[in-house]
Amino acid sequence: MMQMKTQTEKKVVTGDYAAAHGALLARPKLIAAYPITPQTFIVEHMSEFIADGKLDADYMAVESEHSAMSACIAAEATGVRTYTATSSQGLALMHETLFVAAGLHLPIVMPVVNRTLAAPIGIWCEHNDTMPQRDTGWLQVYCEDNQEVLDMVIQAYKIAEDERVLLPIMVNLDAFILSHTVEPVDLLDQKMVDAFLPPYKPKHAYLDPSDPMVVGSFAPPEYIMEARYQTEMSMQAAREVIGEVTEEFADKFGRDYGGLIDTYRMDDAEVALMTLGTVTGTARDVVDSFRANGKKVGLIKLRFFRPFPARELIEATKGLKALGVYDRAISFGSGGPSWIETRHALYGHTDIPVTGFLAGLGGRDVTPENVGMMFDSLLGLAKGQGMPHVSWIGTRGVEP
Amino acid sequence: MTTVKELPVQDYFTSGHTACPGCGGAMVARIAMKVFGPNTVVYHPASCMLIFSSTYPNNAFKVPFLHVLFENSAVCAAGIKRALNRLGKSDVNVVAFAGDGGTADIGLQALSGAAERNEDIIYIMYDNEAYMNTGIQRSSSTPFGAWTTTTPVGSVHAGKVEFKKDVPRIMMAHDVPYVATASIAYPTDFIKKLEKAKAKKGFRYLQVLAPCPTGWKAESSKMVELARMAVETGIWTLMEYEDGKYTVNRTPKFSPVQDYLKAQGRFKHLTPEDIKKIQDWVKSKWEKDKALEQVYK
Repeated sequence: MMQMKTQTEKKVVTGDYAAAHGALLARPKLIAAYPITPQTFIVEHMSEFIADGKLDADYMAVESEHSAMSACIAAEATGVRTYTATSSQGLALMHETLFVAAGLHLPIVMPVVNRTLAAPIGIWCEHNDTMPQRDTGWLQVYCEDNQEVLDMVIQAYKIAEDERVLLPIMVNLDAFILSHTVEPVDLLDQKMVDAFLPPYKPKHAYLDPSDPMVVGSFAPPEYIMEARYQTEMSMQAAREVIGEVTEEFADKFGRDYGGLIDTYRMDDAEVALMTLGTVTGTARDVVDSFRANGKKVGLIKLRFFRPFPARELIEATKGLKALGVYDRAISFGSGGPSWIETRHALYGHTDIPVTGFLAGLGGRDVTPENVGMMFDSLLGLAKGQGMPHVSWIGTRGVEP
Repeated sequence: MTTVKELPVQDYFTSGHTACPGCGGAMVARIAMKVFGPNTVVYHPASCMLIFSSTYPNNAFKVPFLHVLFENSAVCAAGIKRALNRLGKSDVNVVAFAGDGGTADIGLQALSGAAERNEDIIYIMYDNEAYMNTGIQRSSSTPFGAWTTTTPVGSVHAGKVEFKKDVPRIMMAHDVPYVATASIAYPTDFIKKLEKAKAKKGFRYLQVLAPCPTGWKAESSKMVELARMAVETGIWTLMEYEDGKYTVNRTPKFSPVQDYLKAQGRFKHLTPEDIKKIQDWVKSKWEKDKALEQVYK
């Protein structure tokens, strides 16, 4: 749970600033980026840090997101820490490069400001940019507030660069709700961050004429299955590393995010809702008001989508009578991605109903009333009332 | 100036690669790597050269080698170079070897971006005038009239209907420090240009005619001869754009284009009208070259 151990100066900043300031503290040597709303503040702040001499790094103002990730891959393969950020269409344009970053085991850190993908074109929050990237081999963490964004950028480097992991990671923050909204944020002490996150020293891949190495060779079928297996093993190893880094960060900076998931008022809960991103903050308040009325509801905050916290969810849902899973994206023809994954994770471990809620797509507000409706449905479900597998909340012309 | 005889015996693109006999691209890599030497990092996009030089666990280059994807050679080379600078290794040459499809088509955006930023890299396009690795499909660098598998010879259309894209002039428009063309049939000229490129800073672009026996439908033993005929007919210009000055390095003999075209199976269907069209194109190209020499003195 959130407890302040050290009191450092707080500043009122946007989520984009938090993402940029986290990178400033991590001291990357190369930033390659392309502007896209609502990520633009991040690249503007990074440019300012360099222009003002606060950060000693190359800024490559490349001509596309595809080139941004390509430059990061090449620089990281040469042996330096890199940083980029994107959103929505930009992430989609990066798609093929994402596989390479993971396949070459390059620990690139990239905040993604979650924004809807066309069509219809929009600029507001939806998770249909990052969810389709779930199979690229990147770790994914979803943030609840601006403090978590900053803290996770620092932790992301530590997790990604761990020799047991060596995979890239997306730090996801909701468009506008975080990216352009100011909150008080502890900006952390540089010396403490330096002690927590040592400089990047690659051992497995670097391009140096004094020790020639081939990175990215063409591979026949005799070798590719083993490469895929290694990536999966790295992803599995990340579970333990995330736990260790969470603990070390909590110990040094006083904020414990819980690891792969976090829970809220789950002790004697009969029903629970699982959320990701900023809806979690809204759901905390709704849980409090339901609890005040004597209703035993709880909240599970899905933090990491990759690796998916199957074991943690099996544990967290023990004793529940019903579980609801909230998604801000849909896999057409099936349902919300985290609902699909949760049912898969729990299969064989529980026989409680697990229902999916879709709300807030395209940036529509997810109100406390919307979340309250989800809890009411779950309480009914626990009593045996039927409901559909997937419910569209706050959608015109659709019965919730 | 280094001559062919004076090139180092040591190769950094070595035997054991799996290119076709007579492959122009392999000759480009071998000569270029003799000039660049061991203090070099190479980048390769998806291409013939990637496959014939680097199929795991083998690699024909004796220097660090990176492949990422197809359309991003220029930006990947730039990323390597900037990272090496950050690591205090700023004396390392960073060279991208890319084909014509990977350069003139899918790689043009990244190429233009890197040129505009004047990234400190050497970019070599080995121009075999089609997507040879995927089975001879036309690129924008394929010449007029050429048969490819996507410009087949049919009863309605026969061969490519458009003329070749002029990438060197596109690179000149970026006003980069060095743009040059070369041909494997003129190694002394090629070596001179490689040495110039190596000595300069900033974005350097070389486009080298690299005949392909498979795609051009001609004997392996004829590749150097074809690369020479291309220059002698005026179809391929040996030029340099150096610090704002445009120079044609060799005045063609203007031997009939027919001799060059008839020596290749990819042109065997051409009609006399087609051949005249190509001869006229050579004339207008030469007029443009002379005009460019006057403009960029």
